[in-house]
Amino acid sequence: MSAALAITAPAIREASLLRLLTCGSVDDGKSTLLGRLLFDSNAVLDDQLEALDKDSRKFGTHGDERDFALLVDGLSAEREQGITIDVAYRYFSTPKRSFIVADTPGHEQYTRNMATGASTAELAIILVDARKGILPQTRRHSFIVSMVGVRHVVLAVNKMDLVGFDQGVYDRIVAEYIEAVATLGFTSIVPIPLCAREGDNIAGRSPRTPWYRGANLLEYLENVTIAPAPDQARRLHFPVQWVNRPTLDFRGYAGTVATGTVRAGDGVTVLPNRRRSTIARIVTADGDLAEAVAGQAVTLTLTDEIDVSRGDVIVHDGSVMQARKAIVVRLLWMVDRPLRAGQGFIVKIGTAEANAEVVALRHAVDIHSFQNQQADSLPMNAIGVVDLTFDKAIATTVYGRDRELGSLILIDRMTNQTVALGTVQDDTPRQANDNVRGRTVLALVGAAGSPQRRRLWSSVSRKVVEAIVLFLVVAVLSRNGWLALAVTAANVLLRPATDRAAAWVWRHLSADATHPAVSGHAD
Amino acid sequence: MRGLTHLQRLEAESIHIFREVIATADNPVLMYSIGKDSAVLLHLAIKAFYPAPLPFPLLHVDTTWKFREMIAFRDQRAKELGCRLIVHINQDGLRAGVNPFASGSRLHTDVMKTQSLKQALDRHKFDAAFGGARRDEEKSRAKERVFSLRSAEHRWDPKNQRPEPWHLFNTRKRAGESVRVFPLSNWTEADVWDYIAQENIPVVPLYFAKPRPVVERDGTLIMRDDDRMVLRPGEKIEMRSVRFRTLGCYPLTGAVESEAATLSDIIAEMRGSRSSERQGRVIDHDGGASMEQKKQEGYF
Repeated sequence: MSAALAITAPAIREASLLRLLTCGSVDDGKSTLLGRLLFDSNAVLDDQLEALDKDSRKFGTHGDERDFALLVDGLSAEREQGITIDVAYRYFSTPKRSFIVADTPGHEQYTRNMATGASTAELAIILVDARKGILPQTRRHSFIVSMVGVRHVVLAVNKMDLVGFDQGVYDRIVAEYIEAVATLGFTSIVPIPLCAREGDNIAGRSPRTPWYRGANLLEYLENVTIAPAPDQARRLHFPVQWVNRPTLDFRGYAGTVATGTVRAGDGVTVLPNRRRSTIARIVTADGDLAEAVAGQAVTLTLTDEIDVSRGDVIVHDGSVMQARKAIVVRLLWMVDRPLRAGQGFIVKIGTAEANAEVVALRHAVDIHSFQNQQADSLPMNAIGVVDLTFDKAIATTVYGRDRELGSLILIDRMTNQTVALGTVQDDTPRQANDNVRGRTVLALVGAAGSPQRRRLWSSVSRKVVEAIVLFLVVAVLSRNGWLALAVTAANVLLRPATDRAAAWVWRHLSADATHPAVSGHAD
Repeated sequence: MRGLTHLQRLEAESIHIFREVIATADNPVLMYSIGKDSAVLLHLAIKAFYPAPLPFPLLHVDTTWKFREMIAFRDQRAKELGCRLIVHINQDGLRAGVNPFASGSRLHTDVMKTQSLKQALDRHKFDAAFGGARRDEEKSRAKERVFSLRSAEHRWDPKNQRPEPWHLFNTRKRAGESVRVFPLSNWTEADVWDYIAQENIPVVPLYFAKPRPVVERDGTLIMRDDDRMVLRPGEKIEMRSVRFRTLGCYPLTGAVESEAATLSDIIAEMRGSRSSERQGRVIDHDGGASMEQKKQEGYF
């Protein structure tokens, strides 16, 4: 499998790009894991390795051994304290995929940097120290990850060497985590037992976890498929970024398509003023395009001379998108001074800015239970739901429909600091339940094409074949179809119980024999 | 984002960043350092504002020790593209006789690059400066924001950077403050070369191998570009087939022995390489965190 190369041919690299982040509590080994991933995919070059060995002797925490965390902790304060302060972006490729990894800090103090790394990610690796299990920070990071719309999680149970690669410890952590995040709506949760420092299950199967049958980390990252968000808008959202007026004859609206596809001739409405026109041209330096899709930076011209400026949003006629002066937002508050109702800020949504006021703090979210709580202020790193009003209408939509126009930052008017990030919520109760039910089923059977789904199918088909064979054998031997049917049915019904009993016996036998490798069924 | 190639996504993201600056800054400038990253940066800037002409000037901070071929290339490109080019030289440093041989790489870089850049930004009152830095170049750059706020004294505070979630850049600043903006943040060296090949962007010929006069000094191959480089006893000039992976002041830039004379040759050579592009940079090796320190002091 992963005979990975540092740099591969462009045609292959362009096949797909996965953006992910690593997160988890302090000292769970995030930087070590990422350093190890870079090393195992041959993305660390000789002179960097030489510098690493030198640094390892100076700052390292493992004697003269290589300390892979020093590959990614680039600030001197980080190296001295042995912690990650700021999000670092790392780039590596294998023959199958390119990766952009945000390595984010575990300290609660730097939660804002963790959230920043999560905001553009498609998948999160959440690390847990096998000795410590699920910590408050594990829950907080899981919540933030789900808040910004990441739907795929790898639960990396790290430092397995320090618990003797004990499957029981691993199983307990996995079960506890799955229960803890049951309400967060992840599409998939894939647990993997790791020892990042020594490379177990990073790029190959570890001989020290024979009970683990799943994919190793790199293999999984290379193969996971990320489907677009189920509710994502399919029609055009085009926030106008800059008006391009080089001559009296040309007036173009530069911007990046947020959702949907725009074609010359499309009938459009410009929000917030709801003026209507038609797309005349899609201009780029490489010539006019017939259409532009989400993510493309283009310049649109319209057939009519209407007033359009930065912050306006061009949508297809009949779009449900609206300009609004009041919205409900889930906020992550990021500075020392607490947030209270009545405070005023500058809000930035897409390319629009306005004065905004937090008129009410509806509730805070308890980071342990994920339940809503009454609160009259939000301290730093807390999450809450607020009512926000603007001094002018801004085109915006629910975050699940459009990550670009459903997200915002709040800026302090005095200091110009970015004090909060937020996602626009649906403030009208509607048929949200349909989606929730779909996701729960998906979490059990796994997404289409995922290893979880494949495992499910293989186990179901194995059981069907077993049942048929058993029926035939008994039927031929006894020449009694009814007896065969009864035996087969008994087997199907009683098997889970006998399996569990056998596993229990084995676990106790093996514990007595201090032989951790033999511990019954794993899957 | 479906349907777009990796390079198309990077290109769009960079264009978005350029436009965000022009929409919010009063007086931007593009830091043009003549190398391959600057070539890509300039190409993207022109695309971002098409059909309008480039709405800001180029600034080159000249240390007077750049390769002569770089200077010729710079002047030719500016003329071809019709861009306004500002060349700034720190006259105080020149008068004081600061140079990479007598003063050492550290002092030379500080006076002729870092201080000189600050002089130029102050003199022209630029409030936003585009740079071609990439996060994959160096560890402390991996932590840099796309929009990096600098105090009125041009200092960078790595512990107090503004969060940049999604593509929501906080472009606000107080009087005297400025931003350094890095549209190539998410590009890698391989992306830069692939894009140069795809878009047919001209680059300085020094990137291509050819026989050049080099001196081996302290384990590095230095190309003797003019007679200001005095040979030490025992040193001799040899003609070797060399090229450069990065370009800077010639006494501080190591050449690599190579036969790669075309774009496809150098892309192939880079893919097979086991060393990073900054290996040839003398200043990066002044100490583990030396780049971070230079950046705090205002280095690009």
